[in-house]
Amino acid sequence: MDILNALTAFLNFIVVPGLAYGSQLALGALGITLIFGVLRFSNFAHGDTMAFGTAFVILFTWWFQSMGITAGPLPTALLALPFGILATIAMMLATDRVVYRYYRQVRAKPIILVIVSTGVMFVMNGLVRMIIGTSEQNFTDGARMMLNPQDFKTWTGLAEPLAIKTTQAISLAAAVICCALLFWFLQKTRTGKSMRAYSDNEDLALLSGISPERVVMITWIIAGTLATIAGTLYGLDKSYRGVVYFSLLMPMFAAAIVGGLGSPLGAVVGSFIVAFSELIVTSAWKKILGYLVPPEWLGDGLYQALSTDYKVAVSFGILIIVLLFRPQGIYGGK
Amino acid sequence: MARYRNLLLFAGVALLFILTGVFQSWNLSLNILNLALLSCIMAIGVNIQWGYAGLFSTGIVGSVALGGLAVVLVSANPVPAGWAAGGPRIFGALAFGAAAIAVAVWLYNRLKPGTNRALALALYLVVAFFIYRFILDAGVLGVEANNPAQAGNIGGLGLNSLLAWPVGALLAAAAAWVIGKIALGLREDYLAIATLGIAEIIVTVLRNEDWLARGVKNLIDLPRPWPVPKEVDLQVNPAFLDPVASLGLDPVTASTIFVKLLYATMFGLVLVLLVWGCERALNSPWGRMVRAIRDNEISAAAMGKDVKFRHLQIFIIGSAVVGLAGAMMTSMEGQLTPPSYLPLRFTFLIWVMVIVGGSGNNWGSILGGLLIGWLYLAVEFLGPQMMQILTAGLPEGNLKDHLQDTAAQMRLLTLGVVLLVVLRFAPKGLIPEK
Amino acid sequence: MAEPFLIGENMTGGYGAVDILHDCTLSVEPGEIAVIVGPNGAGKSTAMKAVFGMLKLRQGSVRLGGEDIIGLTPQARVRKGMGFVPQTHNIFTGMTVAENLEMGAFIRADGGIQTTMEQIYDLFPILRQKRHQKAGELSGGQRQQVAVGRALMTQPRVLMLDEPTAGVSPIVMDELFDRIIEIARSGISILMVEQNARQALEIADKGFVLVQGRNRYTDTGKALLADPEVRKSFLGG
Repeated sequence: MDILNALTAFLNFIVVPGLAYGSQLALGALGITLIFGVLRFSNFAHGDTMAFGTAFVILFTWWFQSMGITAGPLPTALLALPFGILATIAMMLATDRVVYRYYRQVRAKPIILVIVSTGVMFVMNGLVRMIIGTSEQNFTDGARMMLNPQDFKTWTGLAEPLAIKTTQAISLAAAVICCALLFWFLQKTRTGKSMRAYSDNEDLALLSGISPERVVMITWIIAGTLATIAGTLYGLDKSYRGVVYFSLLMPMFAAAIVGGLGSPLGAVVGSFIVAFSELIVTSAWKKILGYLVPPEWLGDGLYQALSTDYKVAVSFGILIIVLLFRPQGIYGGK
Repeated sequence: MARYRNLLLFAGVALLFILTGVFQSWNLSLNILNLALLSCIMAIGVNIQWGYAGLFSTGIVGSVALGGLAVVLVSANPVPAGWAAGGPRIFGALAFGAAAIAVAVWLYNRLKPGTNRALALALYLVVAFFIYRFILDAGVLGVEANNPAQAGNIGGLGLNSLLAWPVGALLAAAAAWVIGKIALGLREDYLAIATLGIAEIIVTVLRNEDWLARGVKNLIDLPRPWPVPKEVDLQVNPAFLDPVASLGLDPVTASTIFVKLLYATMFGLVLVLLVWGCERALNSPWGRMVRAIRDNEISAAAMGKDVKFRHLQIFIIGSAVVGLAGAMMTSMEGQLTPPSYLPLRFTFLIWVMVIVGGSGNNWGSILGGLLIGWLYLAVEFLGPQMMQILTAGLPEGNLKDHLQDTAAQMRLLTLGVVLLVVLRFAPKGLIPEK
Repeated sequence: MAEPFLIGENMTGGYGAVDILHDCTLSVEPGEIAVIVGPNGAGKSTAMKAVFGMLKLRQGSVRLGGEDIIGLTPQARVRKGMGFVPQTHNIFTGMTVAENLEMGAFIRADGGIQTTMEQIYDLFPILRQKRHQKAGELSGGQRQQVAVGRALMTQPRVLMLDEPTAGVSPIVMDELFDRIIEIARSGISILMVEQNARQALEIADKGFVLVQGRNRYTDTGKALLADPEVRKSFLGG
């Protein structure tokens, strides 16, 4: 019984949140890795792209809510999502046209593009602040819990509850669907293959008649779509503040680099590595351990390796380990 | 011709400060000038990294914060009770941690590569980490329990704040050594990403480790650096009051301006020394080699130059200069406020200064520092005023309020647009590299 | 004399301010193998890239089937029926052999891609075996086959090869030359740059010996091999 309680607590505090957070990271990291593969730079504006897309989703959500349109037990934000995605795609394509395209034409060094992307980050961040402000915005509605902790306790008779929030379930489902679609697109369609070819060998892709502008456009569209979904899910799960998305940059970069920059599969695997590492290191294990050993052995400590404030240190640590021992990442990126 | 143009640019910036003095107040103008001078020094540090060597770091705020920490550790008043409650234990834990990492590196080099080595090292590090936490935690608890309302930290050495300046440079240099060792020699993006992380961690440490510098409870009332007096002391000092009275000035205003002028002189002096050193270095064989590496890494490496070592060297020097400026800033402000270390203000703003001024050119960095420094701070009073004029015709209501609120957010947008426009249309900046 | 099928005539130009090519002329007829040889730094690859439009020419002209193509980009020349196999980075390493071929045919809108692919598998049977393997995992010789196969997917009228045998073993080289002869027999013109001058001239209908960006000798492959001057200076006796 105690083993079951420990397992339940482990599921409740580590596995469920880890899957949800990992899914959100994965959708963001996929965008980073795709942009890296095709445009060959680390996009520092990606966090704020997520914030931008989410801001529009929130505006549409409020509008729908004010008209009485809801999605029943699901968050209304899901209905607003397509509109947010369209706004983000428009923004991405406009940014590419006004900003990035020039640097492609003059074949600027990647580091210049990194700096340019920080400029774009500012502009986007400024826009987000002007559109929706800096304070916390709540836009979650619908059923809060998919698996109610009280129900779980009554059903199983365990002392330890297990809760699954609707937003957590949606995050995982969205990540699975998006990844399946994306991998199908990249592996099976001619356009997807041409994107991989361009990412693999730009010059040869040109010789083969693949249009770089088209590949770049599709990349922005996919990255913008994924970023909006990722940002919205993160916002639904943890509540929205425009500024927190900047701090998602570090875990997303770490995830993309762990997997191998440019490798979509790597980005997904890397995201779950980062998410679970963060939770394992910053969770208090006292409760789980309490079921496995006599509680009096444990004393007063929380059995928490690092306080949650140091989340960033975990992704940073993973990044450092990868840079030291395997800079090309698990799946051999560039 | 170019010389006149540059002089004109500097004269223009000087005019901005004079206008601020005339139309707002001289105190404000000097305040902005002092912060702008510090920005100039930071910009010179960044220019060393980017302009000389093409290294893009997004962790400048980390160096600035380490400089600030140095001021606290060197010049804050000692807290003997706090130190006794756990200071030695904390430093013992830190020493243990450093030794454990050194042993790990040694083991890594000695053991045979393979899965067993990885597992053994991982296990070793986990055990070492728990021992480290065991030593550290009790010390931290002890220190933080000591008079938490006013202290709760280990205190400083109580030395003159001036001494903290080189210490700030050293701390920043040490952090740069670690991060440079890891991230240099790989793709250039990796340095940008790794420095973003380390800076965030440094600021997080300052925020959360109350035993170190009181965290977000802030550490105030740090002593002034030699030879700057306190305004209140000046206001009762006859040697100051008599000449002020004979000039017919208000003693309070005069004392604040006097102190600010003193800081400006000190900062200006440091800046002049730095520029002199940088110009000498740039025109030496070392400077030529460094630029050769920047312009063509592959051919420089083929000629036997140790590119990675040079990059590390430059990265450390640049970070040290920024750390120095960070220490100077905290010692002027007399307090350490961790929440104020925002990447926007101390990483990206400095970048804009360097790029607008002209990367690779020290004079450009100074011009950029003064100009953008003035703009950034002046927007604080100009922005809302302008918004008020612009929205004067609008009826009272939500829209007007919203627009007036957004004035404060305009800064980010403006900064981003300025950066993008300069990069696109004048990538060499206002004063291009010779 | 009739106009050659493909000719780069009196080409002068280079990458920067300094000219690498000086009044250099290359040409090839349908079904013919033309080989460019010469010492290191003679501008062999540059000359071929000039024909393909990867280099801006100050003087001279390039004509394909009588049509002036000097103003066209390399991509546009691919559409006109020119195939190019670069010396290095000539395959998509992360993609399968089949995908490499498919990408080679990216510009083709007709339905015959599968047929062409079968023809290439017939030409290089090993590629059929390994068609689902990543191209980056193949041996050097097999990679070259993928590279040539990719360029053939557009059904070009001219195939240009930049040192196709660089870094492969002599046995593989002979094998590759045999395949190139086979390609030429099907009516495709071959223009290639080769380090292994002797072996290349043996299979060549026409040889161009370039020195410092200028034509030094131009003749049939046999004649060049027989010429004592050429043997002494360029073929090591």
